[in-house]
Amino acid sequence: MPRPLINVPKKVKRGDAFDIRILIAHPMESGQRRDDKGQPIPREIIHSFLCTYGGEEVFRAEFFPAISANPFLTFSARAVDSGQIVFTWTDDLGATQFDSVEITVE
Amino acid sequence: MKTTRRAVIGGVLAMPAVARAQSAARVVVVGGGFGGASAARALRRVAPRVEVTLVEPNATFFACPFSNEVIAGLRDMAAQQFGYAHMAAAGIRVIPAAATAIDAEARRVTVSDGRTLDYDRLILSPGVDFAWGALPGYTEAAAATMPHAWKAGPQTLLLRDRLAALPEGGLVVMSAPANPYRCPPGPYERASLIAHYLKTHKPRAKLILLDSKDAFSKQRLFQNAWKALYPGVLEWVSLSSGGKVIEVDAAAGTVKTDFETYKPDLANIIPPQRAGAIAAAAGVADRTGWCPIDPVTFESRLRPNIHVIGDAAIAGGMPKSAFAANAQAKACAQAVADLLDHAIPAEPRLINTCYSLAAPDYGFSVAGVYRPANGVLTDIEGAGGTSALDAPVETRAQEARYAESWFKTITAEAFG
Repeated sequence: MPRPLINVPKKVKRGDAFDIRILIAHPMESGQRRDDKGQPIPREIIHSFLCTYGGEEVFRAEFFPAISANPFLTFSARAVDSGQIVFTWTDDLGATQFDSVEITVE
Repeated sequence: MKTTRRAVIGGVLAMPAVARAQSAARVVVVGGGFGGASAARALRRVAPRVEVTLVEPNATFFACPFSNEVIAGLRDMAAQQFGYAHMAAAGIRVIPAAATAIDAEARRVTVSDGRTLDYDRLILSPGVDFAWGALPGYTEAAAATMPHAWKAGPQTLLLRDRLAALPEGGLVVMSAPANPYRCPPGPYERASLIAHYLKTHKPRAKLILLDSKDAFSKQRLFQNAWKALYPGVLEWVSLSSGGKVIEVDAAAGTVKTDFETYKPDLANIIPPQRAGAIAAAAGVADRTGWCPIDPVTFESRLRPNIHVIGDAAIAGGMPKSAFAANAQAKACAQAVADLLDHAIPAEPRLINTCYSLAAPDYGFSVAGVYRPANGVLTDIEGAGGTSALDAPVETRAQEARYAESWFKTITAEAFG
């Protein structure tokens, strides 16, 4: 899987809500299409996504074949403490991609 | 069902048709671009007895094809200008005003000078309008500092002049919209020619093309050309690489995506579009902002006796291009002439050809043939094609010259 795009503010005031935006390039092949020779194209999607903040789960998503290519998520979290926000994507091939950003809470 | 409807129409209209034998049928064409001008002239050719009125507020038409060359300083604006002098000679009445209202029931157009024009059939060719506000921050006022140049004219010259004034080592950011919009390969030709300008005149400057799409017209041809001609000058950021522009701030000079904020020296924003405003006023635009049509006659699916051609129409597989508008104009003129004669219009075959320049001497093309199928205009597979990916430079140079002939032919067809 390629490197995802992540948009998280570097600094947030304690107690404030902030937006997390992430996009990962992925074909999200639904398993319902056929190739030029009429053969079914096997399903290959990212089926789960997890976000932790300071080691604690703050957002989890399950994806299905109807999710479009290059899944883009926006959600918000509340600033508690400075720490690491970790994102995890897992696809049908069993590949898992991690990425993380640091956030400073003032 | 169709036969019944035609039979009924024929029966009801038999009397007025006789009555009208004394007075000619009246067709009003709204919009004097490639579609409208071609339609008015084509109708005069195929139905010389029909009274044709063209409603167009501007005395001068600025052609969009090749306007990217003007922006890049490769062509004079005078070469883009056309007038309506030949229309009167062809027996077309030109009303130099804008259509402000259309009463589909009364079959009447009201124009900006207050006059009303009655019609038997109306051909609407209103082109596109910008969906101001669809891209947050991009207003009509913002276009004065972040030009769109997506309607040729003063905006073209503004972008040209701003490009010429770009500081050494400056940054240009372009934004290309999601489909559908006027001229699908246009943003990529423009990016190419701006890159050509930068490479030639401001070698340390850079162009970033932010795109709301992952795929576009003639993509591999363009990308091959960029690799060969503009490495390090032109960077394309696709949708899946975060290229979708979500907001601009003209006062601050910033262009925002979900992941970056750019502060370029020059921003060229090609905004989201919809059918020209008169289409919605006439009730022929649907919720998408574009106009559903019958693919044989181009008659609106929403209002009878109003035909919509060109960029404003939902033309299935046909792109929103000058050549497509011209082809549709000819097919529509024939259908309108047939309908006025109470004849059943034949299924048209429509052709689109479109040239793009990646550099002044580097051209390539796409051609398509279309026919009505399942209620929409559909691409006939194997009938068209694109330039070869591995063509030698001589072929690219030849296609650039063909592009120039293409422009001469199509403007002569539309404007005389």
